[in-house]
Amino acid sequence: MSSSWLQQQRHPGYEEESLRRVAEQLPCREPQAGMLLSLMGEPKQYSLPCIFIYGHRASGKSHVVNILLKELEMPHATVSIAECISATLLFQQVLLSFFGEDAVAALPRSPSLSDFVRIYKQHCSRATAEQTRYIVLEKAELLRDMDANLLSTFVRLQELVEDNVSVLLLSELVWDTFRPNTGCLEPLLLHFPDYTKAELHQILSRDKHPSYSADFYASYIHILLGVFYAVCRDLRELRHLAALNFTKFCEPVAEGKATESDTHKLWRHIEPHLKKAMQTVYLREVSSLEWEKMQEVEMEASHLRGLSAHSHVELPFYSKFLLIAAYLASYNPARTDKRFFVKHHGKIKKTNFLKKNEKTSNHLLGPKPFSLDRMLAIFYSVVDTRVAPTASIFSQISSLVTLQLLTQVSHVDQLDAPKYKCAVSMDFICAISRTVNFDIIKYLYDFL
Amino acid sequence: MCQAIMSKRKAKSVRKPISECITQLHKCLRERFCHDQLPSTLEASEAQHKHLLGLLQRTAIHGESNSALIIGPRGSGKTVLLKCVLRDLLKEKEVQKNLLQVHLNGLLQTDDRIALKEITRQLNLENVVGDKVFGSFAENLVFLLEALKKGDRSSTRPILFVLDEFDLFAHHKNQTLLYNLLDVSQSAQAPVAVVGLTCRLDVLELLEKRVKSRFSHRQIHMLSNLSFSQYQERVASQLSLPDDFPDRSFAEDWNSGVQSLCEDKSVEEILRRHFNFSRDFRSLHMLLMLCLSRISPVNPIIKPADVLEASRMCFTDSTSNMLHGLSILELCLVISMKHLNDVYGGEPFNFQMVYNEFKKFLQRKSNSMYNFEQPVVIKAFEHLQQLELIRPVDGSSAKTQREYQLMKLMLDNSQIIEALHKYPQCPTDIKQWGMSAFA
Repeated sequence: MSSSWLQQQRHPGYEEESLRRVAEQLPCREPQAGMLLSLMGEPKQYSLPCIFIYGHRASGKSHVVNILLKELEMPHATVSIAECISATLLFQQVLLSFFGEDAVAALPRSPSLSDFVRIYKQHCSRATAEQTRYIVLEKAELLRDMDANLLSTFVRLQELVEDNVSVLLLSELVWDTFRPNTGCLEPLLLHFPDYTKAELHQILSRDKHPSYSADFYASYIHILLGVFYAVCRDLRELRHLAALNFTKFCEPVAEGKATESDTHKLWRHIEPHLKKAMQTVYLREVSSLEWEKMQEVEMEASHLRGLSAHSHVELPFYSKFLLIAAYLASYNPARTDKRFFVKHHGKIKKTNFLKKNEKTSNHLLGPKPFSLDRMLAIFYSVVDTRVAPTASIFSQISSLVTLQLLTQVSHVDQLDAPKYKCAVSMDFICAISRTVNFDIIKYLYDFL
Repeated sequence: MCQAIMSKRKAKSVRKPISECITQLHKCLRERFCHDQLPSTLEASEAQHKHLLGLLQRTAIHGESNSALIIGPRGSGKTVLLKCVLRDLLKEKEVQKNLLQVHLNGLLQTDDRIALKEITRQLNLENVVGDKVFGSFAENLVFLLEALKKGDRSSTRPILFVLDEFDLFAHHKNQTLLYNLLDVSQSAQAPVAVVGLTCRLDVLELLEKRVKSRFSHRQIHMLSNLSFSQYQERVASQLSLPDDFPDRSFAEDWNSGVQSLCEDKSVEEILRRHFNFSRDFRSLHMLLMLCLSRISPVNPIIKPADVLEASRMCFTDSTSNMLHGLSILELCLVISMKHLNDVYGGEPFNFQMVYNEFKKFLQRKSNSMYNFEQPVVIKAFEHLQQLELIRPVDGSSAKTQREYQLMKLMLDNSQIIEALHKYPQCPTDIKQWGMSAFA
């Protein structure tokens, strides 16, 4: 491992021993950590008021920052904004980790930013910082949705509290999406690049299985990356998938059918299995626990029904027809209703009827809103028996809305002429119409 | 005492080891760049300084009530100007004894109630016990106004109100605070000076008529009309070490190194680019800070290459950095969206259209390499949405199915093309597909 960045000469003021420990824990992230450390400077010196660190998910942003702050023993407060439903929680956590319980107790109920800054100032004038204090805000993009001034204030906190404090913002988004419209203090932008394939391979190979050789595990990772790399570059996801499928990979070796060096045979064994995993475990169709169980009992992977296979819903007879009517009303243009649903319609020219550019576009554009009258008209024409428009029919419509099979487009309190949209997929409606022996394809304009 | 002087003298004569010099250098320059240490003189805004100093002196010494606004873009040195003026003002004994200061910030004092409490607290009025302020908003206001009204020009101590982020105060309800402060400054009550700092040029339009009429309309603009040679001088002066640096010889070496650096042609070119981009000193400090962070005992002097590297960091496009890390599938989706945008003239699209476009590409290529199932593609699409590379057109996300939600691409064509060039091991067919004008 190259240890260029952790030479004592480059980062004076830190112990060599702890720098080495940091380097061991940060594989493939040495340049970024070195850059960050040199921007932070020595513990007693002033640091930048705000550093904005961005990069893809699982590119080691929090990991690098936390390891650096922890191993080098700098005073810091790490807060994930996702946990802070109100700014109060954020203030409390920051004050708690810098000044202890007293400061938190001094906060009034529902404190404003002004209170926070005042209490911070009081306590820091009592206990002046010998080192730079760091506030780490993870998932900083959520700051934008909180109080309007929160982001602008934290960016220039150093100036406001007159303390040697530095704020590190970590986010997946770029800074351009953060900037408030009257602007604010611009932080220093630091990019954490994604891991390359080789780096992913190196990191994933680190957690090898004790009973097999390192090369064996490395070749497994190679195959895994070959299948998943085009879709997913998330280190955590890949690590999870690697841990899940390793037992399957070892199977031939354990049974004695192949040796560890039999790469081709092992590949032939695992590849279809991994492809299956992409459609199931990767999409969380099948939980990891079920997947492991399935491997144990040697079940065929396709036998397992995922979450989405359970989408079949039992509905009353009229509800089914109501849903079918809604689907037809959503995906057919209104001018074609006459041709589909009126028994003895006059002559309609076929060339006129089928406008060329419209063909198969409705299933691409999505459902269109329709009025209640039109839906009921279609409903009466597709149901063979005579149905009275009773209260139960109307209550079934509103319960379809609560089941989220229909959505109401118009405002909820509009009682006359409400508008709806059908919110079910093609597969779902086909399954429904099969149960009532209704050929829906025949009635869809797109498939004419 | 004597020993301390001795050791100081000793330190001056002895040459220190390089690592200690570098530590001192970092300490000195970091204070300048990160902590906005006040400069001894303001060359660029001499006139403004004189104007403001005179104004505040009249309030502090003669008890004249005044109001003024300091207007300038972000990073143009408004706060530094005010701090310099206050420093020079407080040099006088009389003023130091007399003047009361109240500092408010529009970011922190988000409504009038909080601002009022802060004022009472900073003025140490009698309804403050320890740190707590008592009384309701109305009581506080009445109390404060009474206290201000009772005073007169000759006997009361003058108060200086500094309102940072002045435009945010104009958003308070009825502008009560602004009205009362400016009203006091207009009528013959306690002498107050109200100084607002803002970056909005149209700030007067935000004020209500009654508030505006009470404002003196004295504006101090901090618009920089700095030339490039001044900018260069500024770089040199910002980087050079002061005379009281512990190790004289190191400081001299460093300063001459900085001089030669600024005369370098390539450095000048980089600085010109920054100058053309923005003239505010904050972004300059950022550049210099990045240069400084490369200085260590191993590398004790700034080289042109360091400046180049720092400037490259300042100017990188963060969006294309993010595009670099997308997976192949996500990149394919971005290309499909680009083609949809080209064909339909920037109309919003939904997932089905993008998927359809992608499938067309796959059929034409007829290789099953990227033949992913729809749910896998949806997952990639949602990841793009999380990264805010695509944004829903209308906010009602719960109402429509996720395949049919209308989206807009937040990327420029040139960004996508550049990303395709930079993408590591981009498959050739995908590259060609992305480059072709019409799919």
